[in-house]
Amino acid sequence: MSTDLKTIEEITGQEYKYGFVTDIEQDSIPPGLNEDVVRLISAKKSEPEFLLQWRLKAYRYWVKLNKEQGEPTWAKVSYPPIDYQSIIYYSAPKRRPELDSLDEVDPKILETYAKLGIPLEEQKRLSGVAVDAVFDSVSVATTFKEALAEVGVIFCPFSEAVGKYPELVQQYLGSVVPYTDNFYAALNSAVFSDGSFVYIPKGVRCPMELSTYFRINAAKTGQFERTLIIAEEGSYVSYLEGCTAPMRDENQLHAAVVELIALDNAEIKYSTVQNWYPGDKNGKGGIYNFVTKRGACRGVSSKISWTQVETGSAITWKYPSCLLQGDNSIGEFYSVALTNNYQQADTGTKMIHIGKNTRSTIISKGISAGHGQNTYRGQVKVMPGATGARNYSQCDSLLVGDKCSAHTFPYIDIRNSTTQMEHEASTSKIGEDQIFYCQQRGIAVEDAVTMIVNGFCKDVFRKLPMEFAVEAQKLMEVSLEGSVG
Amino acid sequence: MLEIKNLHASINGTEILRGINLTVGTGELHAIMGPNGSGKSTLAQILAGRTTYNVTVDELTYQGRDLMGMSPEVRAREGIFLSFQYPVVIPGVNNMYFLQAAVNAQRKHRGEEAIDAVDFLSLVKEKVKLVQLDESFLHRPVNEGFSGGEKKRNEILQMLTLEPRLAILDETDSGLDIDALKIVADGVQNYRSPERSLLVITHYQRLLNYIEPDYVHVLMNGRIVKSGGPALAHELEAKGYSWLQEDLPVAQ
Repeated sequence: MSTDLKTIEEITGQEYKYGFVTDIEQDSIPPGLNEDVVRLISAKKSEPEFLLQWRLKAYRYWVKLNKEQGEPTWAKVSYPPIDYQSIIYYSAPKRRPELDSLDEVDPKILETYAKLGIPLEEQKRLSGVAVDAVFDSVSVATTFKEALAEVGVIFCPFSEAVGKYPELVQQYLGSVVPYTDNFYAALNSAVFSDGSFVYIPKGVRCPMELSTYFRINAAKTGQFERTLIIAEEGSYVSYLEGCTAPMRDENQLHAAVVELIALDNAEIKYSTVQNWYPGDKNGKGGIYNFVTKRGACRGVSSKISWTQVETGSAITWKYPSCLLQGDNSIGEFYSVALTNNYQQADTGTKMIHIGKNTRSTIISKGISAGHGQNTYRGQVKVMPGATGARNYSQCDSLLVGDKCSAHTFPYIDIRNSTTQMEHEASTSKIGEDQIFYCQQRGIAVEDAVTMIVNGFCKDVFRKLPMEFAVEAQKLMEVSLEGSVG
Repeated sequence: MLEIKNLHASINGTEILRGINLTVGTGELHAIMGPNGSGKSTLAQILAGRTTYNVTVDELTYQGRDLMGMSPEVRAREGIFLSFQYPVVIPGVNNMYFLQAAVNAQRKHRGEEAIDAVDFLSLVKEKVKLVQLDESFLHRPVNEGFSGGEKKRNEILQMLTLEPRLAILDETDSGLDIDALKIVADGVQNYRSPERSLLVITHYQRLLNYIEPDYVHVLMNGRIVKSGGPALAHELEAKGYSWLQEDLPVAQ
């Protein structure tokens, strides 16, 4: 083929920038999973009995699932079977007493976050962003706790919330994603170690963006975080998570669960920039990102909005969803998923309309480059009682080069005749014509590809908080490097 | 400005250009006319650096420099502009952003500082008036939802903004109504200067009623079969191309 195409193939394969390892003493338990491991994790965190019992129920359910069905196989991804007994289920940096201030955080960890561009030192902060840093399985630092506490916002590590606000945890944990939901949700419920907990009281508009930064460091460990966000009546919060991991030859499992609860007139905006290590250009190594994210719009006129930019991971299996229970509630899903080299992504959403006059919007942009395989899988379900429900779905796929693939699986299940539903889908290729047109105006090939891809993603990027929209665009540039020469 | 000697081009084994010889001097406007399929657009694309064709040539120089090893973007930065016969749509990319990126890529090549968004906006607002496009076109995605005439005017807008030394207009007049044709022709006519050369590819005489060429060449079956002054265009308009068929040299 022509040189244009060759260049496209070359652009999408640059080095992963976050692949370094932090040399730090870890408190890890031996690999393997059994009831004792579940009890050990719970004991290490001095958890209340209810939580231990819940973990054990989840574990037993998972064992049963594993025996009877094994891992789910319906997604359009392929990988060798995972040996769950070879994974380390708990690993934490040593030297971690209760931290009163950042001064007590291991300097090596602070250094790690600094390298990643995540400022934990509050004076050097990104203006108006509070950060919870999760290093391997545990939260190591949360900034701005005091400022947030003044308005009654709780933003802390999940394990801390279990100790301090057990009644909130008990009331809401598993209420959106029960441990019986799926294989990985069951596994996570049994062995989750930490994550972020957010509580916004009635009528409070959270004064800053909340952000959790997940970092996998230790080898052979699985990362199982649990995030729970509760927005009381009339409150608002915008939350962002970012993820990176070292470059390692073996695959690592990341199976997180995120639950969001929005009560009457509350709004939660949840944005993800996922950049786990994607594996090398031959598909070796990388993170298996098998994540369950779901939000419940429980209250009337509540709103949950998911925005995700997925560029990392060897395999992504992820469907941030909305249960639209309250009348007039709104669910949104805006997604950019990029797969390059040998990455595979099967991602999308579920919008379940239960309340009256509920509305949902789905905008999905999939980009496949190299040998990447990109699947959109989404469900829109309207229950009989959801009179006046509306959905708009748009799924666009962009192919870069001629060795990648794009797939779309929309599931539509409408049980109420008043529903208005629109679905649009398109598949296009970055044409040699487009690239040549840019070149003829003086723009280099790699800049042209980035420009075209960013243009394609624009509808989603504009939903991201400002600072992260810029970051996302840069990330696309880096992730596309090598797809053109 | 441009020197072409014995240019051959083929695609998938089919020869499209069979030995083109053409010299375009600085400040000259050359019109290339010819029936459909004669190779006019191929010539334009090759000059702009398209690599889809197999090209052999004894000499292909622009301002004395060999073009063969020069990438399309470097040719553009050196001042070669092609107004596309079919301008390409780039969804989601703002027209003004695109043009600014192009201008800055070219400025960088010349060792000049990048122009900022504010200065660029005032510059481009001037140019947009010349092609009588509404300013709203600057904020729409490149060529998306533009009519045929709007696309061609957008090409001329780009030419006026990038200020190339050699502009190749590939059937910029086709698909235009009479008003749009006049706007495009005025844009081109005003662009002419002793430092700039133009190569205007067209089927019809009508554009040449507004912009008088210095030379007219007739391209048929991959060869320039006749060259002349402006009168040749009128002759073609009256007689068509078929009479030239008889003048064709015997295929070798």
